[in-house]
Amino acid sequence: MTATVTTSGLGASIVTSIVQLVMIVLGGPLVLGVMAKVRARAEGRIGAPIHQPLRDLRKLLTKESVHAEHSSAVLPIAPFVLVATAAVAIVVSPLVTTTPVLEHSADLFVVVFLLLMGSIVLALAGLDAGTAFGGMGSSRAMTIGALAEPALLVAILALSVQAGTSNLPKIVAATLAHPSWAAGPERLLAFVAFLIVILAETGRIPIDNPSTHLELTMIHEAMVLEYAGPELALVTLGEAMRLGFLLSLAASLFFPWGIATSTNPAHIVIAVVALSAKVVVIAVAIALLEVRTAKLRLFRVPELLTGGFVLAVLSVVTGLVTR
Amino acid sequence: MSGPAYVDALDLAAGAVLVCAVVTLWRRDLRAIVSALSIQGIALGVVAAVLAAHEHDVGLGVIAGVVLVAKGIVIPALLRQLVRRDPGSRETAASINVSASLVVAAALIVVAFLVSGKLTALLPNTATHLTPIGLATVLLGFFLLVTRRKAVSQIVGLLLIDNGVALVAFLLTAGVPLLVELGASLDVLLVVVVLRVLASTMHRALGPFDLDQLRELHD
Repeated sequence: MTATVTTSGLGASIVTSIVQLVMIVLGGPLVLGVMAKVRARAEGRIGAPIHQPLRDLRKLLTKESVHAEHSSAVLPIAPFVLVATAAVAIVVSPLVTTTPVLEHSADLFVVVFLLLMGSIVLALAGLDAGTAFGGMGSSRAMTIGALAEPALLVAILALSVQAGTSNLPKIVAATLAHPSWAAGPERLLAFVAFLIVILAETGRIPIDNPSTHLELTMIHEAMVLEYAGPELALVTLGEAMRLGFLLSLAASLFFPWGIATSTNPAHIVIAVVALSAKVVVIAVAIALLEVRTAKLRLFRVPELLTGGFVLAVLSVVTGLVTR
Repeated sequence: MSGPAYVDALDLAAGAVLVCAVVTLWRRDLRAIVSALSIQGIALGVVAAVLAAHEHDVGLGVIAGVVLVAKGIVIPALLRQLVRRDPGSRETAASINVSASLVVAAALIVVAFLVSGKLTALLPNTATHLTPIGLATVLLGFFLLVTRRKAVSQIVGLLLIDNGVALVAFLLTAGVPLLVELGASLDVLLVVVVLRVLASTMHRALGPFDLDQLRELHD
């Protein structure tokens, strides 16, 4: 490979990675809007328009930022770290293309730990102001995170065992090369585990209710109670990006068809459309599931998450056994 | 049946056996546990049927039918009757909570995988590679038997062990002779009938099926 080709390849990778980032930054809030709309319709309401979360973000950005009296620097820094870690994970992961920028660094451990870093910083911010709700929310979020993160890691590990590499773009490329893998038992188990993790990580029913402010049940909302204005907008955007990212990652890892394998603009346009369609399908399915299920009691949540973890372990073992 | 379809079907059916074993540890609702056992019996029958189709073995095909009917339909139906006497019954008094028992289950599955390596190395092929799944089912059955207190859960534990043993037998030897398998299946059926009668009598005499209450003698 000559130097010019590498440079142009790098430029194209940067452009596609930026496409990924823009898509998730705008798409994450829209996915939230779609899920809210589906829930509203299923419950017989008309519901807010799909772009309502984007409007909320614009409104929050114009408001004043207020900090609690005894809070430290953690409170204002945390939203930026949350958004930055999500953005880095999005840029290096194979969502629209199998050749994102820094593709060799897009290891599954790197991506999972980037997400974990965002969660931990947000939990610290919840503790920072010293309020009872913030501490309670952080404690609950960490309990759930401690169970969900290993499950996420092991679920992706199952795919990496099959593909023989822990590099995410290579896993996606290997799945494209072996379509028969998609229906294997280890994939099904890993997908169910992955879905449970998405529910936990993004605070959806049955684990958390994103629209509640009831102190007995709230988890994520309790952590971010101290935020207002632009910082709240960043936190909300960061959470929406994480939701969009996890859904897109699930779509790319388990159903990679349509993803661009080259930097051809036409392929990338197709990939963007395909990814949007796949993410919307998964999001609608989750929203319908939310309508049908009741929120679990907090003490039953670990059972569900450990179940997800065991499914992920089963997936790895089945993968090793059937190799 | 041969080629990739055979491999996929066998993997999927054997995977279903293991998932059902985990579900029996995961759920508290006794009806759900019995349903999982029923699906496991059907999956076991499918494993035998796939092997029979692969080996062109009519005897094994007959065994597959017997296993499917006995373990997938008849035994679960008997257990369902038992559960129906005690509606809404749940496994509430397990000696280890569900989260912990799921983690133990994961560990047992890994142990099964590690110890059966030597067994599969004797004759490496598609079927013998799945032996760890059978062994894991046996271990999960023992675990269920040891930690649960409801009579139905314990019967399910016993049946998990039997299913695991049957799965290992199918995978390693492509099935034991027809007569032996029929004998074993009928034996299990008889055990379940006896346990069911016993549990019903206990229910009449004592009320709930909590076996811990049988530790002390009463007047």
